[in-house]
Amino acid sequence: MFSNVDLQQLIFGRLSLEAIPYHEPILLVTFAVVALGGIALLGAITWYGKWGYLWHDWFTSVDHKKIGIMYVVLAIVMLLRGFADAVMMITQKALSVGASEGYLPPHHYDQVFSAHGMIMIFFMAMPFVTGIMNYIMPLQIGARDVAFPFLNNFSFWMTAGGAVLTMMSLFVGEFSRATWLGFAPLSGAAYSPGVGVDYYIWGLQIAGVGTTLSGINLIATIVKMRAPGMTMMKLPVFCWTTLASNAIIVTIFPVLTATLALLALDRYVGTHFFTNDFGGNSMMYMNLIWIWGHPEVYVLILPAFGIFSEVTSTFCSKRLFGYTSMVYATMVIALVSWLVWLHHFFTMGAGPTVNAFFGIASMIISIPTGAKVFNWLFTMYRGKIRFETPFIWVVGFIPTFVIGGLTGVLLAVPPADFVVHNSLFLVAHFHNVIIGGVVFGLLAGVQYWFPKAFGYKLDPFWGKASFWCWLVGFWTVFGPLYVLGLMGVTRRTQHFDDPSVQPFLTVAAIGVFIIAAGILAFLIQLLVSYLRRDSLRDLTGDPWDGRTLEWATSSPPPPYNFAFTPVVHDLDAWWDMKRRGFDHPMEGFKPIHMPKNTGAGVVLAGLSTVLGFALVWYIWWLAALSFVALLAAAIIHTFNYNRDYYIPAEDVVRLESQRMAQLAGRA
Amino acid sequence: MQTPMHPAHPIACPRWSYALKSRSLRILALLATAGLLAGCNMTVMFPSGDVAVQQRNLVVASVALMLLVVLPVIALTFIFAWRYRASNTDAPYDPEFHHSTQLEVVIWTVPLLIIIALGAMTWIGTHTLDPYRPLTRIGPNKPVPPDVKPLTVEVVALDWKWLFIYPDYGIASVNEMAAPVDVPISFKITSSSVWNTFFVPAMAGMIYAMPAMETKLHAVMNEEGNFTGQSAHYSGSGFSRMNFGFRSLSQQGFDEWIAKARSAGASLDRDVFLKLEKPSEEEPVRYFASVENGLYEAILGLCVAPGQMCVSEMHHIDRMGGTAEGSEENRKRLDYDNRRLERGDEPSGATFPASGRPPQGSVQPQGMMPRDQNMSRGGVNAPETQPDQGQGNALPGADRGPAPAQLNSQPTDGHKH
Repeated sequence: MFSNVDLQQLIFGRLSLEAIPYHEPILLVTFAVVALGGIALLGAITWYGKWGYLWHDWFTSVDHKKIGIMYVVLAIVMLLRGFADAVMMITQKALSVGASEGYLPPHHYDQVFSAHGMIMIFFMAMPFVTGIMNYIMPLQIGARDVAFPFLNNFSFWMTAGGAVLTMMSLFVGEFSRATWLGFAPLSGAAYSPGVGVDYYIWGLQIAGVGTTLSGINLIATIVKMRAPGMTMMKLPVFCWTTLASNAIIVTIFPVLTATLALLALDRYVGTHFFTNDFGGNSMMYMNLIWIWGHPEVYVLILPAFGIFSEVTSTFCSKRLFGYTSMVYATMVIALVSWLVWLHHFFTMGAGPTVNAFFGIASMIISIPTGAKVFNWLFTMYRGKIRFETPFIWVVGFIPTFVIGGLTGVLLAVPPADFVVHNSLFLVAHFHNVIIGGVVFGLLAGVQYWFPKAFGYKLDPFWGKASFWCWLVGFWTVFGPLYVLGLMGVTRRTQHFDDPSVQPFLTVAAIGVFIIAAGILAFLIQLLVSYLRRDSLRDLTGDPWDGRTLEWATSSPPPPYNFAFTPVVHDLDAWWDMKRRGFDHPMEGFKPIHMPKNTGAGVVLAGLSTVLGFALVWYIWWLAALSFVALLAAAIIHTFNYNRDYYIPAEDVVRLESQRMAQLAGRA
Repeated sequence: MQTPMHPAHPIACPRWSYALKSRSLRILALLATAGLLAGCNMTVMFPSGDVAVQQRNLVVASVALMLLVVLPVIALTFIFAWRYRASNTDAPYDPEFHHSTQLEVVIWTVPLLIIIALGAMTWIGTHTLDPYRPLTRIGPNKPVPPDVKPLTVEVVALDWKWLFIYPDYGIASVNEMAAPVDVPISFKITSSSVWNTFFVPAMAGMIYAMPAMETKLHAVMNEEGNFTGQSAHYSGSGFSRMNFGFRSLSQQGFDEWIAKARSAGASLDRDVFLKLEKPSEEEPVRYFASVENGLYEAILGLCVAPGQMCVSEMHHIDRMGGTAEGSEENRKRLDYDNRRLERGDEPSGATFPASGRPPQGSVQPQGMMPRDQNMSRGGVNAPETQPDQGQGNALPGADRGPAPAQLNSQPTDGHKH
């Protein structure tokens, strides 16, 4: 095709047709399914003429509610990808015992587990958490939007761009085989030449920009945009946890960005930060990546704690027990989360004093966490508990999570860690807190706030079916993994010689299909609820007898959220308003100042993704071009003065009268 | 394949009694393990070396201590959830009950007390079980006899096998080590390329093996038998099969093992090491009757290959304020990580296009034992045809060996687009 190889390299860098894995049946089928699904989706959008609607109402939207929903959709799509990896890993393990090789050769398996970890944390859990924070927090503080609406749109698209680049590695080239954290020196140019680690680096760098900026945005929103009367100690607990989580984000993500930048320098220009030779220090990589990595888990779990607090309080029809201690517990966890990273490598040979310091610091986190659990328990105490779908997640969460906490504190004891570190026990532990804590929390949050976002409740039968599958499936997978860890079985192994591990792995493999049923039930629930939306409809905007301000407005809320900014007198502001016979004001509406949609976020993130792709494949001309275009687009955007508009008072009156009519119709 | 590498667990159901004095603890631990149905196979719970036994005891004691608060919490969750269900009109409902100073004090104090106890255990345990600390005992109430000299073993993690050097005996072995029972062992551990973990679950906890760095571990085996050792830190394609046999022998058996190694005849010099160091998998057990002087130090200094400068020499030059003299030559002499690319060996984590293998394909990475891909051995993804055939547009060398043209990690190899 190309007689002149240099020309080919000039144009395509190291990209060639060889990079497309058409030899691989697994990938070919995956690609066919994705392509067919994609074509069907795009075709349907075109057929129904929805491109304009998608572009104007969603992609370019600066409305925090729509951006929040887009984040959650991204998270659910990436959950399916990450979960497919999980199914492949555990079935490979269960099959590859003794003489059998299973079906994934090591270099494919190694990519699967690297991708699973990276995708689940960065493109499932993070967007899910950010999406819910984005949607709910401004409503809870009575704000019209976040502090920087355009930045919010830009952040989302950067996260999506990182996800696209990561997904691209599935069909063009390969993904990293150097674990989800890219451990040096394995991830260095000498030991991992090729595109895998480069996909990893640029996928994370692009998404990291979005995460950092969204962290800044949400902090500014909480600090500056609370409704009058809402002092910090009247801030709903979910907003406190959002604040803590984003405070951690803005302090740790720069560390990640810098670490990956150093790794990129090692790989691209031949520096020696983390190499073995020339005085490079791979221990430094381990430290830096975990200085990001440990607080990261609190970024995820704290908002989940916030969701559980809101759900517990609402469905117990009771104010949250120990609000003040809940707030302090949250902030103590956020603070101490910075001082414990070394517990991820007690086995690196630091002295006993250093190890003991970090071990005890890690245990200290369990004190405020324990206090939180007791606070939820005493919120239930003397409550009037309604076992609606969101609440059953709380009952599943507490026992699961405290066991995960127990094994976590165990791992914080250095000599105990020496015997279970890097084992399947460790794998079981962190899934115990990430699934049992974060994922359960996020799914409870979806069940709880879905009616707010879409105006109808989710079908309870499929919701409960999903819950039971998740709970039972979780323990069926990770119970055996705990046992395997105590048998001395190491993580990330593609094959086992010892046949006695197979029964446990088989049980775990069965469990993963139970979880799959849980995910399927959740998707069915979304579909069934959409089809039955008329009978599930909620016109009040307050289907659960809620306590916080998001329930004060209609479902879904109007673009401006609140026609009048609410005045807050009590912690559970909406509960307090209801109790005092709050009446909706019906006159005195003024035009509302709103930010205008813009396509700049899509353009900037799209160019960043192209830049990332060009850098992965050494297509230098494209990298230079897209970088210049990126700068130009950013500069051009600063000259866009057409950034805001007013919703006329008549429109506000019309929307509010409709809502009054709905409320009256109900009564 | 050699037999000692993957022994069945030879130790009959181990004895709890000598390790766990407290009866309640013992019952608790037994209940926990019985419930898990795993019995004797749980090496971490039933180890054979004193260090691992103490670590296990710490695991059990910590869990027991934490269960003091975890079990009541789980019980209370179900009790409260049931008792205060909306349909139970007998239960009191007090929507304003949201603060109680006494309760708050209790809910902060209980975890605090447990963590204080656990923290004390951690502080003491971390210091007494510090892997760098020479052993003072070889079992409960069994101090190290004064006439026993610890056995020194130098461990090198290679891609993907283990090299054991016995400086006291001048022998070395691959993928199998042996030690006399009840004799303290002093391990010095390093690696030649990427990180690994040296882990014999039955003997003691793990510690990282890192290139150009040495870690230490002190441990002892109290029971005879064949055990498995492994790497617990992922290190590339061959990681899953990076196991070795650990033979815990009587003094006589150990002497015989040494004699067997000496009779092997082969000698481990720098050349042999450089060949051994290349990535390979499922290496058979091998013995070396003699080891070249200073080989371990050279491995640690990344300077086994002729002409390489050792890390210590570089440090020395740096300490002296560096030197401009000969810095270009020194640079070449320090270049270590690129050795595989220069030699044409496939590195441990190589991906497409540098690896030359099609992405995610079932072609084995270089250095791995070619696996039988037909159905009889359970492989299911064997391609019927060799991939890459008839592809006229492959990059030069893209299908064989690394593609050096694209690797700008080689500063000497002029950059090209």
